[in-house]
Amino acid sequence: MTEHKEYRMSEIRSLKLSGLEPLVITPETNFVNVGERTNVAGSKKFLRLIKEDKFDEALEVAREQVDNGAQIIDINMDDGLIEGKEAMVKFLNLVVAEPDIARVPIMIDSSKWEIIEAGLQVVQGKCVVNSISLKEGEEEFISHAKKIKRYGAAVVVMAFDETGQADNYERRIEITKRSYDILVNQVKFPPEDIIFDLNIFPVGTGMDEHKRNAIDFIEGTRWVKENLPHCSVSGGVSNVSFSFRGNNPVREAMHSVFLYHAIQAGMNMGIVNPSMLEVYDEIPKDLLEHVEDVIFDRREDATERLLSLAENVVGKKRENKIDLSWRENPLQDRITHALVKGIDAYILEDIEQARQEAERPLDVIEGHLMIGMNVVGDLFGSGKMFLPQVVKSARVMKKAVAYLLPYIEADKSNVRRSAGKILMATVKGDVHDIGKNIVGVVLGCNNYEIIDLGVMVPSEKIIETAKAENVDAIGLSGLITPSLDEMVFLAKEMQRQNFEVPLLIGGATTSKAHTAVKIDPQYHFAVAHVNDASRAVTVVGDLLKESTREKYKSDLKTEYDKFRINFKKRSKVKSYLKLPEARRNKFKIDWKSANIIKPNQLGIQVIEDFDLKKLEEYIDWSPFFRSWDMHGRYPDILKDEKVGEQAQSLFDDAQVLLQRVLNEKLLKAKATFGLFEANSIDDDDIEVKYKEASEEKKIVFRTLRQQLKKYAEKPNFALSDFIAPKESGIQDYIGCFCVTTGFGTQELAAKFEKDFDDYNSIMIKALADRLAEAFAEYLHKEVRQNYWGYASEENLSKEELIKEEYKGIRPAPGYPACPDHLEKLSIWELLKVEENIGVKLTESLAMWPAASVSGYYFANPEARYFGLGKMKEDQVKDFAKRKGIDYKKAEKWLNPNIAE
Amino acid sequence: MSKLEELLSQKILILDGAMGTMLQEYKFSEEDFRGTRFADWPVSLQGNNDLLSITQPEAIATIHRKYFDAGADIVETNTFSGTTIAMADYKMEDLVYELNYESAKIAKAVAEEVTAENPEKPRFVAGAIGPTNKTASMSPDVNDPGYRAISFEELKIAYRQQAQALIDGGVDILLVETVFDTLNAKAALFAIEELKEELNIDIPVMVSGTITDASGRTLSGQTAEAFLISVSHIPLLSIGFNCALGAKQLTPHLEVLNRYSKSGISAYPNAGLPNAFGEYDQDAQEMATQIEEYLEKGLVNILGGCCGTTPKHIKAIAEVAAKYEPRKINLKEDPRHAELDSAAN
Repeated sequence: MTEHKEYRMSEIRSLKLSGLEPLVITPETNFVNVGERTNVAGSKKFLRLIKEDKFDEALEVAREQVDNGAQIIDINMDDGLIEGKEAMVKFLNLVVAEPDIARVPIMIDSSKWEIIEAGLQVVQGKCVVNSISLKEGEEEFISHAKKIKRYGAAVVVMAFDETGQADNYERRIEITKRSYDILVNQVKFPPEDIIFDLNIFPVGTGMDEHKRNAIDFIEGTRWVKENLPHCSVSGGVSNVSFSFRGNNPVREAMHSVFLYHAIQAGMNMGIVNPSMLEVYDEIPKDLLEHVEDVIFDRREDATERLLSLAENVVGKKRENKIDLSWRENPLQDRITHALVKGIDAYILEDIEQARQEAERPLDVIEGHLMIGMNVVGDLFGSGKMFLPQVVKSARVMKKAVAYLLPYIEADKSNVRRSAGKILMATVKGDVHDIGKNIVGVVLGCNNYEIIDLGVMVPSEKIIETAKAENVDAIGLSGLITPSLDEMVFLAKEMQRQNFEVPLLIGGATTSKAHTAVKIDPQYHFAVAHVNDASRAVTVVGDLLKESTREKYKSDLKTEYDKFRINFKKRSKVKSYLKLPEARRNKFKIDWKSANIIKPNQLGIQVIEDFDLKKLEEYIDWSPFFRSWDMHGRYPDILKDEKVGEQAQSLFDDAQVLLQRVLNEKLLKAKATFGLFEANSIDDDDIEVKYKEASEEKKIVFRTLRQQLKKYAEKPNFALSDFIAPKESGIQDYIGCFCVTTGFGTQELAAKFEKDFDDYNSIMIKALADRLAEAFAEYLHKEVRQNYWGYASEENLSKEELIKEEYKGIRPAPGYPACPDHLEKLSIWELLKVEENIGVKLTESLAMWPAASVSGYYFANPEARYFGLGKMKEDQVKDFAKRKGIDYKKAEKWLNPNIAE
Repeated sequence: MSKLEELLSQKILILDGAMGTMLQEYKFSEEDFRGTRFADWPVSLQGNNDLLSITQPEAIATIHRKYFDAGADIVETNTFSGTTIAMADYKMEDLVYELNYESAKIAKAVAEEVTAENPEKPRFVAGAIGPTNKTASMSPDVNDPGYRAISFEELKIAYRQQAQALIDGGVDILLVETVFDTLNAKAALFAIEELKEELNIDIPVMVSGTITDASGRTLSGQTAEAFLISVSHIPLLSIGFNCALGAKQLTPHLEVLNRYSKSGISAYPNAGLPNAFGEYDQDAQEMATQIEEYLEKGLVNILGGCCGTTPKHIKAIAEVAAKYEPRKINLKEDPRHAELDSAAN
């Protein structure tokens, strides 16, 4: 069938294009819609915007198209009054900086080769060139095709040759075949990268020679798809209805009918204005028939009949389909939304509203905008946004700030002059600057003048610029690790050159430890590790304000000095006991006089579907505020001078969601716990007896012992000290438990996230955590008073509960008294936790769902919480042996607690 | 089929590990970097690792040798920053040809020596072509997103010069690596294609991108598949990823390449993620264990190491790789059409 031996129809080669994301066009891909609104020849509005140099608005045209479903966007700047090449490059450079637009591939459309080539040089993805043809002969055709191949683009080939445009069936075949042969055989152009434009011409013009225009296109398409393997067919659909301008309902119907048949013949790509397209099935019957008569030239009088029908077809307005539902949201959500999505179309309107509502214009920056930018920061940190988006957010921010500036300056309540000059740079060898940019923007918004040297900045340039510009502070950023050395080097250099300018250190790889230990000692002046944008403002403020800077600088130095000393101390000065010595110094309880109470109910209990409402009063809210970075004790925090207002609003929001959770039972609470006979054995272990299917079984909990040398005869604690040893002959008891309120959290969070409501998504997780803790508290009380019953007389207030003023403890594996997570496995085995209530352990032994708490119950009144601290290798070895695991494994799990 | 392509279908080829990490151990001072020849050079030269090919050639040769001894089939030339663009920091634009040429010579001499010792296992040299320190499709200035610090044309000229010198110096492969902006890579590939045509040679080309963060995209915002599509117009010996992430984090991105790439696949990750002090402390065994996942899944044809890896790592990787078959280079089209494909047959 085909003469192209290399390429067979049966083989499958799909056209693959890319923007930031791939577009793979396969035989089963539906019609690919190319957006044409960014074409000066096709859109008067776009032409005007480009002529008036309004590129911002022109970008919105592109964005709207992509939002409307364009899978490729066609960009054309061919107009006598435009510098086409410059306009193309400028517009493309802006487009590729907009991830919402640049995610789709670009069609670079021009009749001038120099414009096409300039376009190809600025787009990273695989583009489509629109177009080349044999119009100027084979030589030029070949040379352009070769270049296009080398730039890695696909190509639209017009059915056009030296003698003119193909305007009938035969000419379409002649030109496409010749073009295909040259491209595939001579240029070795991949056939799947060829897209033929077979020229769509108008029908219904009243002229006889136009009658077959649609049929010839459709039949030509069929021939091409059957005879030229792997190529695509495209065209500009609106041409076909050109003679019915002014009657959109008829045009829309014509486009649908034409497309319906052209697609069946193999047309798989084209320029269609989606708002100019009727749904084929919804075309009224009589209109459909009349349109088909014209398209297929079925009657002599087809055109006249359609014209007379057209007069009676009444147009209906079509809605613009961009989703604007977010405009209904509260003001802060709108502003945050605009920042997160990088949409600046409405930001000034929203900012104006915020300004009118705010006490001072500056509050809008420090409140609304900063809250939005924090969300941006979180999303970026969790990989849900990527670099170009964040940069875009920053630009919306800037626009908003620029709008507010005159008001801020007019506002006498705060004098706003540049608060200082800050030099920012990502150090040599590093290209990561998002954090730096955010800090820069945030500082800029707080009235600092930012000199941003960009990325990979050599130290000489930083030093030079700092001197020349007489900056007030230098901010260095880096994400990859060699940057840390570069920062140390720069600090040394600043010292050598007698700088007296504060040095700020930030970026994902930096840490307070590194800053204190490696950078700070190199430089006599202030060095500050600033790990987030919001903190940057206060740190820089304190460093530059005359009233605070001396003190802050010396505080910083002292802080890092201390940190360093502690850091070194931690690894060197401490001395440890050998394990047998530590055991000899164990905590001793006089078992003979101890009053050991036998639990009322031995064995395992399971609580399913516990009523969450009972937990509300057990919630400890202070940690809830901490998780939102608001520090203070509840309820005082609600009245706090600084954060009170925000704390209250957070608390109100939490209450709203909590009530929903309680009323609609959105989360499920479950628990399992058990009380067992137990004795300590071999100093550090606890042997637990339990029954399983009426069979007596034993399991051993391994505990760890403090090894740090103690002063003043303080004992070296291990949890086993709180249980009577076997050799005492006294029967003692122990309990363990797991509670969860996490089932349902993930689904809820996912639902919220789907609505872009990250606020509530975080909120539900924070609430679930609180409920789990409350459940643990509640259950512990029930155990003390009823199930075990050793404290049935206990009558503690809620505050006393939170302060842990009860008898006995409930330490949790992974926490200071028993940092070994491996013990969770024993609890799981003993209580059959997963089988009973579905809480799982991940491979790193975290509990899933996350809002779960597990631990032991110790009833002895002498039992207390303690921190294990560091231990020595001898205990790790002993532990591994006792547990029957290899040393490596023990070392891995205990690593954070092993002394150097 | 070239010798390399042939080998690639038979076994997993091992690439070397980090040059920088090995050089750090030498603790070269400013004077060491300068040597006598550049004693009076006007700017600081410490940190200009590429220059060591001229001022400390024995060190470079020794490191290559160590990697070959560890089992590497291919070493990379010490030319990561060998373009006029990257060398501008050191005012060494005029030395670019010499730097690349000498680096290639050193590596090639070691490779030939080692091959002579054991002709059963031929050794190769890949000319390393780094990303430069400028990006062609991103603006360094937040306030001016349309601005570009470098053009395609400038990049193309610089890359062409580097590639020419590497070829003249005798490299067997050109490796366009650590691609964080695909447009930079496309300029390099454009230059290489021009050279190949003019010199009438067919030198194999490898491309290795870098995924920089949790979003799973390149710095310039492309997904792994979009990146693959954007460089697929050139016949490649392999495509893959290096740097930025540890072996574990790289797996999902290699899986994407594995599904859609028609050429070989390479991976040379960092030795884990850096700790608070910027050190990579994943040991050889741990890294090899993580890399074994690639092998079990049949994802790769070429393996090596990037930041923080040493001959120990390469030895461990080579040992585990020897136990596995290389990935089948998929000459079929996209698996999305698997059904159609079989229907058509």
